[in-house]
Amino acid sequence: MKDAQLINQTEAYLRGEFSPAERAAFELLCKENPDIQQQVNAHKEFMAMLAAYGERQRLQHAMDLIHEQIDVVSLKNDLIPTSANVIQMWKRYRANLAIAATVAITAVFGTLLFSGYFADHSSYYSALRREINSIKRSQSVLAKNINSKKGPANPGEFGGTSFALSANGYLATNYHVIKGADSVYIQNSAGDTYKVKTVFVQPEYDIAILQIVDPAFESFGKLPYAFKKSDSDLGEDVFTLGFPRDEQVYGKGYLSSKTGFDGDTVSYQISIPVNPGNSGGPLLDSKGNVIGIISGKQTRTDGAAFAIKTNYLVKSLEAIPEADLDRNLSLNLKNSISSLNRKEQLKKIQDYVFMVRVY
Amino acid sequence: MGYYSNKSVLTLRNKINSSISADNDLIQGIRNGATNSLDALYTAYFPMILQLVLNNNGNEDDAKDIFQEAVIVLYTKITTGNFELNSKLKTYIYAVCRHLWLKKLNQNSRFSAQTYELESVADVETDIEQHEERNEQFKQMQHALGQLGEPCKTIIEEFYLNSRSMQEICEQFGYTNADNAKTQKYKCLQRLKKLFFKDGGLEL
Repeated sequence: MKDAQLINQTEAYLRGEFSPAERAAFELLCKENPDIQQQVNAHKEFMAMLAAYGERQRLQHAMDLIHEQIDVVSLKNDLIPTSANVIQMWKRYRANLAIAATVAITAVFGTLLFSGYFADHSSYYSALRREINSIKRSQSVLAKNINSKKGPANPGEFGGTSFALSANGYLATNYHVIKGADSVYIQNSAGDTYKVKTVFVQPEYDIAILQIVDPAFESFGKLPYAFKKSDSDLGEDVFTLGFPRDEQVYGKGYLSSKTGFDGDTVSYQISIPVNPGNSGGPLLDSKGNVIGIISGKQTRTDGAAFAIKTNYLVKSLEAIPEADLDRNLSLNLKNSISSLNRKEQLKKIQDYVFMVRVY
Repeated sequence: MGYYSNKSVLTLRNKINSSISADNDLIQGIRNGATNSLDALYTAYFPMILQLVLNNNGNEDDAKDIFQEAVIVLYTKITTGNFELNSKLKTYIYAVCRHLWLKKLNQNSRFSAQTYELESVADVETDIEQHEERNEQFKQMQHALGQLGEPCKTIIEEFYLNSRSMQEICEQFGYTNADNAKTQKYKCLQRLKKLFFKDGGLEL
């Protein structure tokens, strides 16, 4: 128990519990024994640390008591300036803001995308091909028809208009009318139907040249209208005949611009009531000269239809390879109806305008 | 100084002198262990630190921790003697708190790019380093005392921490013989030392 005694003595010494005589004896003991001196010093340090620790705890306790007296919440409200509020709100909610912004942007662009805002603006241009059956041509429909063995009763799936180019059986229509066709028939207002073949197509002008291949066909007879190769002027009165329905329909209007959709120089813009089925119909001026081929209209603009200029029809005809023509094809340049009134003109013309049925 | 009239210089100096003397009163009070001095110190400067911490991504609990640590640093500096007030007390506390808080922010910072410049103001760095060393020791001591168990813990705390006499402890624990109590205390002390130094405490 020597250690214990030394500890007790050290503590008594440090706490000043010794009498002066005991004190001197203890100091002498330390001086003479470096071992004891070291032990005493070590214990002294340990005691000091324990005391400091106790003091720290008391201080902490005292501060906690003081802190409890302070109304931190009201102090806090007094201290935070309003601008800091905004900054803190920004810090707190910026993640939510980012998500909200993302959702908003996605919603806006999604809506625009689905509503077709980004789609090609040519969608405003509607080719006036009539869909006779509401169902579109497709492989499955075709297969179904074969399976059900309906035969030739099929009334055709698309329709347009066509008009005679020459007495010997050449006709003009739009390329988009006969595009993808298996077989093409034309029918006049009297109900006579002829089978035709496609002689030549010029997709960039949207022009197709047809020829009657029916053995029953002989000749149209002399064409009443002529083809005017030069450009027509703004304000020119124009009219057309076409088949937007199963009956021939007359439409009247005026030439409103020398260029077509989106500045297309191949076409005129005309103000004339036309509908799906009018495509490929002749556009005639007041004297009965063909100045164009009705090809389409702008869907979101009132009174803007388009017709391909006759000039490009002539270019197409010149581009036909010689070998593809088994008969002479020359445009009629002599107009026999220029002095007639409109009703008489129509009576003459109507036999040369045909409904096109595409199978 | 030539820009100012004599009068304004005079009043300015008066103000500094008065605030320094108020600081010295506070320091004297804390050195003597006066509770109202601590109270005055606390209520005078806590709002400033609360504002500092709140405006820099902290809450009121952070402010409390930081401020109390700063007071402990100041208190230790005062009670261990050689405290010379080179600046105003307010400046010193603000510097310590700012340093402690920026240090904590750097530790907690999620974004390593966002580091705060730790500038050395009023030699607070050395004070804070010493403070942290002591804190480490106190943590170990707290841990060792926690493992000690009763009645050893209370005996040690009463005798060494609160400086109670052996006589009082005998009465409190009902020891009839003072020698028994001393033996018990010695055993407890030996165990505490073992626990404390075992946990990597400093060699004394």
